[in-house]
Amino acid sequence: MALRTIITKRTLAGALGFRQQHRSVQTFSLPDLPYDYGALEPAITGEIMQLHHQKHHQTYITNYNKALEQLHEAITKGDTPTVAKLQSAIKFNGGGHINHSVFWKNLAPVRDGGGEPPKGSLGSAIDIHFGSIEAVIQNMNAEGAALQGSGWVWLGMDKELKRLVIEITSNQDPLVIKGPNLVPLLGIDVWEHAYYLQYKNVKPDYLKNIWKVMNWKYASEVYEKECR
Amino acid sequence: MSWCCCNSVCTSSSRQLLATSDLSSIPSRVSNVGLKQKRSLCGVPKVFAYYGLKTPPYKLDALEPYMSQKMLEVHWGEHHCGYVEALNKQLEKNDMLYGCTMDELIKVTYNNGNPLPEFGVAAQVWNHDFFWESMKPGGGDMPKLGLLQLIEKDFGSFTNFKEKFIEAALTLFGSGWIWLVLNREEKRLAIIKTSNAVNPLVWNDIPLIGLDLWEHAYYLDYKNDKANYVNVFMNHLVSWDVALGRMARAQAFVNLGEPKIPVA
Repeated sequence: MALRTIITKRTLAGALGFRQQHRSVQTFSLPDLPYDYGALEPAITGEIMQLHHQKHHQTYITNYNKALEQLHEAITKGDTPTVAKLQSAIKFNGGGHINHSVFWKNLAPVRDGGGEPPKGSLGSAIDIHFGSIEAVIQNMNAEGAALQGSGWVWLGMDKELKRLVIEITSNQDPLVIKGPNLVPLLGIDVWEHAYYLQYKNVKPDYLKNIWKVMNWKYASEVYEKECR
Repeated sequence: MSWCCCNSVCTSSSRQLLATSDLSSIPSRVSNVGLKQKRSLCGVPKVFAYYGLKTPPYKLDALEPYMSQKMLEVHWGEHHCGYVEALNKQLEKNDMLYGCTMDELIKVTYNNGNPLPEFGVAAQVWNHDFFWESMKPGGGDMPKLGLLQLIEKDFGSFTNFKEKFIEAALTLFGSGWIWLVLNREEKRLAIIKTSNAVNPLVWNDIPLIGLDLWEHAYYLDYKNDKANYVNVFMNHLVSWDVALGRMARAQAFVNLGEPKIPVA
């Protein structure tokens, strides 16, 4: 990663013909999973986790880095058409990186508390806003099942209104697209690559089983942090 | 006939349709179930299906090794079948849309960009019918005759067209389809990307080739290697014969030989 930074600085300096202080483009890298690939079985197979993490998430990161570099170059050159053209690639790949980074954290093996319902402030907030955890699960599963195409289902929190929301986003749009004050607490990836090898087209089974490895502890931590 | 439907998890309505078809073509274990469950009092089974599931023009193992039999069994037998089922169920509730041809149904439910709930399933039924017919065993190679001429006219060369098609496929974000269409207004070929279930019929263009880029179309065989899938489609699966036929039919609606008469 450091080598890439040097190369970026050098090529830019060369292109402009003189030495200049450049803020080099930050590159992103694949975060490690906090558990083994097979740790979420039988809810999600190790094969899916490995492909999902090592191939899909990595591809988003690679393309995001590429798009950022191209954007940096275009901005430096004042090439507005290219800047505009890159926006969709940045939203898609950057969103993919954000979403999957949250996703790995909001899942946990059963032995680490996966599937255990939240206690504390998040638990009470859910009871107040939705009535019960089951209602949240049912709502999110219904939204996920009804979603046509690719996207995500989120349990989020509006940090300004201090309110819980359930939202869907399409493709790799991050939750913040639906509202600038929304913070994701739990996300479910309903792109087909997230479940196809195991569940084929039976999406409702995937949605039912993923709750067995849902990391409510993470969601509670984020909730409590945003509530302060 | 849609006898294959019963090998998958399709629901009772498709079995009702089954009961009226030629029983000799149906595997016996399936036909018994259909008849037993669905006979009405008079002994004549009731039929509620509006649209049926068309079988692909080849056996399910005919596209091996480029598209496995397992892939087709799930893609056609479960996804496509599921779309047909869902469409019939939705149409049961709202008979305003009953009686349309598939093309009309898609245009009507697209509702000029504000799609009705039936659009997603209706369009996917049509899209998949089109997709199976866009492929053939021993496909790939090059288009011939008028279609090749048209591709060379509008894209420069077949190689250039193939590159553009593959590039479009690889830069599609999310689920969707890639089409080679004849643009009715501009009277030229174009490569179009659409999201989810949208297809070129809604813009009144005439599709010649369609490629399914929803992940379910390639995941079992290629996992995340979309590039491989798209290349294999172009090199080994696409049916240029069918595309030529579609183009010939399109010329009944679009006059490609119109001289360019300058407007005063």
